[in-house]
Amino acid sequence: MNIQEIVQRVVEEVQKNMMTPKANTDQRTEETIDFPEERINGVVEPQNAASIERAQSVTPARIGIGRTGTRMLTTSYLQFLIDHAAAQDAVSRDVSDEFLHKMGLHKLETNAHDMKSYLMDLESGRKLSDESVRFLEANGDKGKNVQIIVCDGLSSSAVEANVRDILPALIQGLQLKNISVAKPFFIKRGRVWVQDQVAAIVDCDLVISLIGERPGLNTDESLSAYMIYRPTEKAVEADRTVISNIHKDGLTPVEAGAYLSELIEQMLQAKCTGVSFAQQRNFNK
Amino acid sequence: MKLSCVVKGTHYSFSSVKEVLAKASEPKSGDVMARVAAASSLERMAAKVVLSEMQLKEIYENPVIPYEIDEVTRLIYDDISDTIYKDIQNWTVGELRNYILSSDTGANQLLKLSRGLTSEMISAVAKLMSSIDLVIASQKMRYQAHCNTTIGEPGRLAFRCQPNHPNDVTEGILYSIKEGLSYGAGDAVIGINPNVDTVESVKRLLTISHEFIENWQIPTQNCVLAHITTQMEALKQGAPIALMFQSLAGTQKGNEAFGIAKKILDEGYEMMARYGTSTGPNFMYFETGQGSEVSLNADYGVDMQTLESRSYGYARHWKPFMVNTVSGFIGPETLYDGRQLIRADLEDGFMGKLHGLPMGIAPTYTNHMDANQNDQEVAGIITAVAGANFYMGVPGGDDVMLNYQDTSYHDDASLREILGLRPLREFEKWMEKMDLMENGKLTKRAGDLSIFD
Repeated sequence: MNIQEIVQRVVEEVQKNMMTPKANTDQRTEETIDFPEERINGVVEPQNAASIERAQSVTPARIGIGRTGTRMLTTSYLQFLIDHAAAQDAVSRDVSDEFLHKMGLHKLETNAHDMKSYLMDLESGRKLSDESVRFLEANGDKGKNVQIIVCDGLSSSAVEANVRDILPALIQGLQLKNISVAKPFFIKRGRVWVQDQVAAIVDCDLVISLIGERPGLNTDESLSAYMIYRPTEKAVEADRTVISNIHKDGLTPVEAGAYLSELIEQMLQAKCTGVSFAQQRNFNK
Repeated sequence: MKLSCVVKGTHYSFSSVKEVLAKASEPKSGDVMARVAAASSLERMAAKVVLSEMQLKEIYENPVIPYEIDEVTRLIYDDISDTIYKDIQNWTVGELRNYILSSDTGANQLLKLSRGLTSEMISAVAKLMSSIDLVIASQKMRYQAHCNTTIGEPGRLAFRCQPNHPNDVTEGILYSIKEGLSYGAGDAVIGINPNVDTVESVKRLLTISHEFIENWQIPTQNCVLAHITTQMEALKQGAPIALMFQSLAGTQKGNEAFGIAKKILDEGYEMMARYGTSTGPNFMYFETGQGSEVSLNADYGVDMQTLESRSYGYARHWKPFMVNTVSGFIGPETLYDGRQLIRADLEDGFMGKLHGLPMGIAPTYTNHMDANQNDQEVAGIITAVAGANFYMGVPGGDDVMLNYQDTSYHDDASLREILGLRPLREFEKWMEKMDLMENGKLTKRAGDLSIFD
């Protein structure tokens, strides 16, 4: 499938979703409150109402919402609280097995056996469980240029919303450049640094983690890509390159896949990632 | 050195200054994760007792990370006044607390004191202080700095306008700047976090913010919060920077993880003095926050609060215009809930000020932590009462690029209103000229981004 086909499929999917009625609508009555999800234009007698409309169309930031005294209007305030409630709820949900099966992603696990230990003990999410280590040793593709990992991180919604498009776009992009790609895996309750252990096991040149970002109020579907070239035990944050905000209203997953494959090609040539890569890149310009 | 005590009939003993400091800390999840926290409430009290009797010279002689192996320790020790330190070296930490809170001790005495204290001493005394203690002590200390505007004058409270956009879209960023300015946020700085940290992207954001400021003759400064090396390269290529940004940690290892060292910061500072657009003499904007070192495995078994204090000891070397402590940005593994968040904000404001720094506070929370908007607003009010110089200003409190909540344009205007505070002097005049403010109150036009049409 080429990029155009993927884009086409995404567009169709979005249109289909728009026509699907929302859940629980069958229980609605005339008395049911339909609380608005869109930002209100709350500015009283603006100098130019068209500007406020335009502003709200070019940024998801909560602007043009007006005020009462120095405080938010009731509708905006409740919208803010609703979004916070939704984001909190999104953290605790798991990526469905059905989704992983459809994507052909085998599930590995970390030492984080439940959500609380995952949230409170970072180390637990940075190392694979012994069983997953054994599985990866036996079943991982060794010695490839690139190993892709999908992690739930702090948002399973981000994985389910983006991986279907970003993964094929990324793999295809890499293959077109004659870069070899190992079979990707999913890691449940995985943090970024688990990629170092995976890279060591499969002996790849570069490892990329597609990981659910902590959910924001604007979206709980934002994905990040963390890349590191040949991580050692001394690897630190500055050795990694991160591309964030991958979601349908940010860097779209299809665009991200293509962009990341370009970036990875350059990183493999430069034999580094992170600050060193950024400096080399700037130097070469 | 006395490292043991009896509390309620139980004997407690500790092996080092570092252990006493950690166990005397108020409860925080990051110290639990690092396995340095007190095991029980009474053990915590025993550590506070031992700390209260500890002499400052005992802390001085036992830095939590040795001078030989850590650049942060070296800078802290090399920068303090030996003369002032020698005058107070026999004080206990308990006596230091009494001195700070005494009615006879004012701003001048505290400024002098700050020059003789290491960051560990400052952390230590905060561990013996309650919320009101921290507020009273913080109120006494008020430090000004000047870039293009003067920050920290009594009766004034400033804000950073933080107009981030998830894709760095110029038009969206400009609209958020306009909205923020119309609420009076932006006198501390117009500071954009870029999504893409490349020189080209950073140059573009610096240019658009600079041109907007020039066009509307706004007394403020611009800043793009990219990695310092990216900003330095942008500056070399002629980009207009008024304020240079960097995140700091309290250990050399933490700073290495951030990709920085003293040498780089020195170079950045010198470049700003030569090529920056602003008046100065304060050209730097630093961010810190409890928990960064432990999340980077760069904590050496030192508690989060002490490492935070060390970040300030490091920061003060470059005479920053703004130091912003961002608590609650990392997540529940460092600060579990609203109570821990509020405590960290109060400690940080106090510790930063006792280092002589122009402190601001970002009481923030993420959606995977057990804190909410009510906690954040309480943290904002209490630290404003304690005399913070500035806060962030985020549209509707929701940063759509960084995915966390911070003080909103509305909250900023509210804090000024609640406490009767004004914008920075030059900026207030500009707001009056723009018909956005009259006698310190927002006018009807405030909150309308289209007034810039």
